[in-house]
Amino acid sequence: MDKVTVMGAVSIIMAAFCMAIGSIAPALGEGRAVAQALAAIAQQPDESATISRTLLIGLAMIESIAIYCFVIAIVLIFANPFWNYVIAKAGG
Amino acid sequence: MHLTPDHIVFIRWGLLHLNATILYTWILIALLTTFSWLITRSLAGPAEPRSRWQNAIEVIVENIRAQIRALCPTGADTYLPFIGSLFLFIVCSSLLEIVPGWHAPTASLSTTAALAISVGVAVPVFGILSQGFAAYFRHYLRPTVIMLPFHLLSETSRNLALAVRLFGNIMSGAMIAGMLLAIAPFFAPVPMQMLALLTGVIQAYVFAILAMVYIAAAVQRGQEG
Repeated sequence: MDKVTVMGAVSIIMAAFCMAIGSIAPALGEGRAVAQALAAIAQQPDESATISRTLLIGLAMIESIAIYCFVIAIVLIFANPFWNYVIAKAGG
Repeated sequence: MHLTPDHIVFIRWGLLHLNATILYTWILIALLTTFSWLITRSLAGPAEPRSRWQNAIEVIVENIRAQIRALCPTGADTYLPFIGSLFLFIVCSSLLEIVPGWHAPTASLSTTAALAISVGVAVPVFGILSQGFAAYFRHYLRPTVIMLPFHLLSETSRNLALAVRLFGNIMSGAMIAGMLLAIAPFFAPVPMQMLALLTGVIQAYVFAILAMVYIAAAVQRGQEG
């Protein structure tokens, strides 16, 4: 395999790993947050407005971790910063 | 398929490029300004019957004000123009996706970075306005001077997160629709686009609320002492 192939393969595999591993923790965290918020709303239905607003803010915070992973995966596939360098090296 | 609307360039003029992000931002600004001007041109008083447009705009403004008041009970009207503009700009740019040919300007990192920078400027400005220059910056040295770099780091990273979160959510919605259009056209993209519309509204809400949370934190810090 030449350099360009290795570079492409590594980028794609690592983008997939980035997404796969990077979404585990936020998924667990969001699930836990939603479960707790639902339990809180079930106990105190009057406070549902405050709870759901805080929940949405918290979910956005947690989700930003998954979004970082997604952005890095997208960058690796569509806008790889090392791509030009490798092509220049391989092309001579 | 374009990653962001930055890559769609209409006019090249030397170093200046008129790309889709800028053009659709201008269109959106023109739309929002025209609608607001047309509706607020002849406002009805409290006792007179209102037009349906005035009713609609009052519902929006009242709801935004109620959300701000829930986070910052004093002086909600001070922050209403800023937070309301942020929310309306982001929500309209996402919702106009239903118009064929529209590219949401918030799917470009430049737009979201600009919005996040304006939040990053507004937070210290509102903080200084409410408690004075020295009192605001003294907070950075609390509890000890050692915490100064961590305060700065946290402010930078939360603004970065604000920009990247909005960009990632809006861009992924457009992107998934584009991919499905290539794989399974016609029916498969429709539910994903509905999801993208929902995400757009939620992200607009989250962006505005987070901006308000940051401002409220900067303002209320001084009141607690």
